[in-house]
Amino acid sequence: MEALRLDGNAAAGLLSEVFAGEVTTAVGTCDSCGAVEAVGAIHVYMAAGTVLRCPHCEAVVMKVVTDGERIWMDLRGLRTLELAS
Amino acid sequence: MPIISRGFKGRRRDDAPRDRVPPGQYVTDDFPVLSAGPTPHTPLDQWDFTIVGEVDERRRWTWDELRALPSETITVDISCVTKWTKLDTVWEGVSVDTLLDGVETSAEYLTVFCDGGYTTNLPLADVTGGQAWIAFAYDGEPLEPEHGGPARLLVPHLYFWKSAKWVRGLRLTATDELGFWESNGYHNYGDPWKEQRYWGD
Amino acid sequence: MEGAAVLGRLNWHVAEVADVWPETDRVKTLALDVEGWPGHRAGQHVDVRLTADDGYQAQRSYSIASPDGGPRVELTVERIDDGEVSPYLTGDAHAGDRFELRGPVGGYFVWDPDPGGPVLLVGGGSGVVPLMAMVRQRTANHDEVPTKLLYSARSWEDVIYRDELGRYGKRGDGLEVVFTLTREQPPDWTGFGRRVDRELLSQVAPPDLSLTLVCGPTPFVEAVAEALVGLGHEPSRIKTERFGPTGG
Repeated sequence: MEALRLDGNAAAGLLSEVFAGEVTTAVGTCDSCGAVEAVGAIHVYMAAGTVLRCPHCEAVVMKVVTDGERIWMDLRGLRTLELAS
Repeated sequence: MPIISRGFKGRRRDDAPRDRVPPGQYVTDDFPVLSAGPTPHTPLDQWDFTIVGEVDERRRWTWDELRALPSETITVDISCVTKWTKLDTVWEGVSVDTLLDGVETSAEYLTVFCDGGYTTNLPLADVTGGQAWIAFAYDGEPLEPEHGGPARLLVPHLYFWKSAKWVRGLRLTATDELGFWESNGYHNYGDPWKEQRYWGD
Repeated sequence: MEGAAVLGRLNWHVAEVADVWPETDRVKTLALDVEGWPGHRAGQHVDVRLTADDGYQAQRSYSIASPDGGPRVELTVERIDDGEVSPYLTGDAHAGDRFELRGPVGGYFVWDPDPGGPVLLVGGGSGVVPLMAMVRQRTANHDEVPTKLLYSARSWEDVIYRDELGRYGKRGDGLEVVFTLTREQPPDWTGFGRRVDRELLSQVAPPDLSLTLVCGPTPFVEAVAEALVGLGHEPSRIKTERFGPTGG
């Protein structure tokens, strides 16, 4: 049991500042284990920034930091992200 | 201009001594828990602390060996980049000076590494001279896993993301290698008194 | 970036409190008029941002309780005593007050009127809020998908929307409401009186379940999702919305 774990939905507001479309139904592939999941099903942790982790292997798929004016995204753990166009 | 919400104050104390609260920070009596990932639960008999990288010889302590080293009680103010500051927190830990004693290195930087994969980078000069500890107790009790137990780095003069939870060792490096947050927007050094929160601050 | 609206991205809206009413001792519903509200889907949430007169800001997420319709949005908020935003929303805010709101957010945890079979909604505490939006949307749409709401609360006094839920369960429209009261039950209580576990779920969950939506505090959600998987339900047909410890 992880008391601090949230779902991808918890990052939806922040991600909506970056992505024009609906992002929680976008489908991501974990670069670490290859699992394919909707962003809404990905695990989210709130720390200094927001960390999205693969629900299967817990590898970091996305790190998002914002200072209110800029947003930094580390997508190295995400092999691909499929969004509706 | 944001909309001011009439009567909203937030959970802040306004009696805080100003000379102890860095700019942009608010004093809290809570100890908020922030975590970049699941809480690791490494059994103490499998836990060790190592100093690796640019060193003459790798150093390693088991949990019992680390706890047998001389430790100190430290009372410090801590500031999180998410804007809370907590005054007079009381820790017990082993000074990093004690661990580096006798280590020969030409390194000027280090990467702190942790269970769960978290890293943070610091100049070596910021963890020596009585500025940093491996803390294993908070408020007289063993450090709880949610706060980084069994042990976390305590480097209170920098924003608290540098005080890495679940610490397992230091990797001394010749060049500065950006850590988990430093590589993605957070400031490389993180001095609260200069409000070094993000890149470019 | 403030004011630099980019098409398609979410921006902060100004919300004005139109009305506030209590649901339980700890829970209130705020009806908000939101300028430029684009409409929403049942289950979505909003981010609320409060700003003090010295510029200090605090932000939290709250589920929308109302079905889609018009510029009015209802949020049901539970007071977290040592929280920062919820004591303001449930204590200080009244009609005419304004704050900022971003949303609607999250198209994953939403009502699906046609998932191919029965739907189970499982709510713990104030986790019932987005599920209530779904129940209300289902009723407004006259959706026919067989739906069961399993609602876990500490006591009958802690049950949010209890009158409305009582009515919903008796309409014969394929919606069933099941309560479990974990701490304290009324003397004449005939419903469940314990935490949602595997055995309880085996009694409540239809075997041909095609979608389960679970919302509540993280430990509740993890226990329910684990139990459902243990009963053989497909993990990809279980959607979860966890409330974090930073709630409040």
